[in-house]
Amino acid sequence: MTVEKKAILQKFPRSPDVLLALLHELQRANPQNYLTPEDLALAAEHLGLPLSRVHDAVTFYTMFSLRPRGKHVIRVCDSPNCLLFGAGSVVEELKKLLGVEVGETTPDGLFTLETTSCLGACGVAPVMMVDDEVFGNLTPEKVREVLARLKEGG
Amino acid sequence: MRPARTHVLVAVDEESRLAGVDQVLLALQQALDQYGLREEVKVIETGTLGVSGQGVVVAIYPDGVFYGRVQPADVREIVEEHLLKGRPVARLRLPTAAPVARPAEILGRQTRVVLRRVGVIDPENIEEYIAQGGYEALAKVLLEMRPEEVIEEVRRSGLRGRGGAGFPTGVKWAAVRNAPGPEKYVICNADEGEPGTFKDRLILEGDPHRILEAMAIAGYAVGAQRGIIYVRGEYALSIRRLEQALNQARAYGLLGDNILESGFSFDIEVRPGAGAYVCGEETALIESLEGKRGWPRIRPPYPVTHGLWGKPTVVNNVETLANIPDIILRGAAWFRSLGTPTCPGTKVYTILGHVRFPGLVEVEMGTPLRSLIYELGGGVRDGRPLKAVLIGGAAGAFLTPADLDVRLDFDSLAGRAAVLGSGAVLVMDDTTCIVYMLGGILRFFRHESCGQCVPCRAGTDLLVRLWERIRQGQASPETLKRMVEIAEVMRQASLCPLGQSLSLPVRSALEKFPEEFLAHAAGAPCPSCQKGGA
Repeated sequence: MTVEKKAILQKFPRSPDVLLALLHELQRANPQNYLTPEDLALAAEHLGLPLSRVHDAVTFYTMFSLRPRGKHVIRVCDSPNCLLFGAGSVVEELKKLLGVEVGETTPDGLFTLETTSCLGACGVAPVMMVDDEVFGNLTPEKVREVLARLKEGG
Repeated sequence: MRPARTHVLVAVDEESRLAGVDQVLLALQQALDQYGLREEVKVIETGTLGVSGQGVVVAIYPDGVFYGRVQPADVREIVEEHLLKGRPVARLRLPTAAPVARPAEILGRQTRVVLRRVGVIDPENIEEYIAQGGYEALAKVLLEMRPEEVIEEVRRSGLRGRGGAGFPTGVKWAAVRNAPGPEKYVICNADEGEPGTFKDRLILEGDPHRILEAMAIAGYAVGAQRGIIYVRGEYALSIRRLEQALNQARAYGLLGDNILESGFSFDIEVRPGAGAYVCGEETALIESLEGKRGWPRIRPPYPVTHGLWGKPTVVNNVETLANIPDIILRGAAWFRSLGTPTCPGTKVYTILGHVRFPGLVEVEMGTPLRSLIYELGGGVRDGRPLKAVLIGGAAGAFLTPADLDVRLDFDSLAGRAAVLGSGAVLVMDDTTCIVYMLGGILRFFRHESCGQCVPCRAGTDLLVRLWERIRQGQASPETLKRMVEIAEVMRQASLCPLGQSLSLPVRSALEKFPEEFLAHAAGAPCPSCQKGGA
């Protein structure tokens, strides 16, 4: 166990109800944005839960991943309002530019493409979230710009 | 320090951050320093000012001038012209359809109760909340009222749950109070996931103490010592502001042990969700809080007797709770003077889609749909004709221009086979293809179905497949009938409202726009798609 993960565990009481909050922090601590088998075992042991219970919860919630994800996770909102303003063409453009389907990661490990339900930024639809940042009023051109900027940043 | 002569309110939320609010704030501070206005002009970072789609929005008080799409380069002009010389900058001013500062105009268009302080106070400073009467209701309750009297006041107010179901809040609280056992919980449902809805987020980010105060009042009324706010995992700013508000409230002795020396102790925790729409359903939310997958429980028993850890639990939506402090301070009779006899009070809506002014508004219950779209939303964009309105989010119903005079409250909408739901109002003009819109809704439900009960798990998948056949032009009128049948089976047999409510959009779309579905089903040109719509 790394020092960082030990510090995370120590912040949480040994009570099963903190499971989701603990998993969020463990996932955030991994550069590839996912939960490793070791993370699940750590959470299970710390909270006194069977490993199967932890696995069960992790696979239920969309914000958790058991597979390594890209350095940047792109989440395009596909709720009705964003669809009305062209979210469909935003997804198509991203698929084309990244060469992956929704749910996949680019071979260079830089981007994972996902869709998400409403991000609550409907005033600037269509919207996508890259990591913690929200981008709105998207067009295929704007998507190209955002990707180029992210690639430059590495 | 002298009180400032002018307040500059800057909305800091996801949308304005995106539009570069940080640079605008920086430019503002620099300009104020340069002109020596630091003492006279106070800059307050607030939650949303209720205007969407206008970039960085800045309000100047007491003048009541709103500026939109403010860029760092505009700041100097605002400071020089408006703050120094008192001449508002016309080119940046927002039209009056945006919420304006003069009470008469607000009253004419909106009735702000739960949003009263959103965009007016600094949500990160408890003193601003207290200065505006915050925590007075909690003090009144703890020092002057018995728990039964609190419940009676809420019951008489007629407040009904704003999460969608419209259950009377006072009745819920009484059931928890009367349930046996010493251990009880108050849960605030902030797992706002209904597409097109962001009212709860803006209340939490703009006035977080209001929710903490209401939860403490609920705790006192029902006999609970612990409260939990379950917030959507994606709402990072809401979580941060709530944590900060909790720390401040504890430091002021307004949460924790022996609040205001009344002998009553109550504390609150914030818990993040992790991306599951179904967790907005209260029993799924409780399962999730217990560290499990969010599978809805079979009801009865209800949470009021068997909730979190099997103990009696109040689960209230953010907007419901936000009404409580005002009901306590101004009384049930005042609350009943707003709205309709069976649905008193106000409702917060998010108006979206093809309207001129998308955004957040609060109006009295029973306001006609027409007034919401044409007065508050400014009408349909580009002067195009209105085609449809989807009310209540993805789990809502499509209405048509023939329904414009329907009054928006729980009971009036039920008469149109529609629901108020989360208060999302999605306006669509004549370029919108309803087949395409329904497809988005069906895929959303297939993705979010939790998989526990068969009607919903199988039904959502079947509906998407049938919809695909329509889209590919390989369907018949029978396909449409089959879709309505499946949705109806789901309505009757699903375990929770997720599966039960899909019949609303399916039935309303197919029954009100049959020609569009028939055209697509037969591979013929669709009248709306030809207009080049979504």
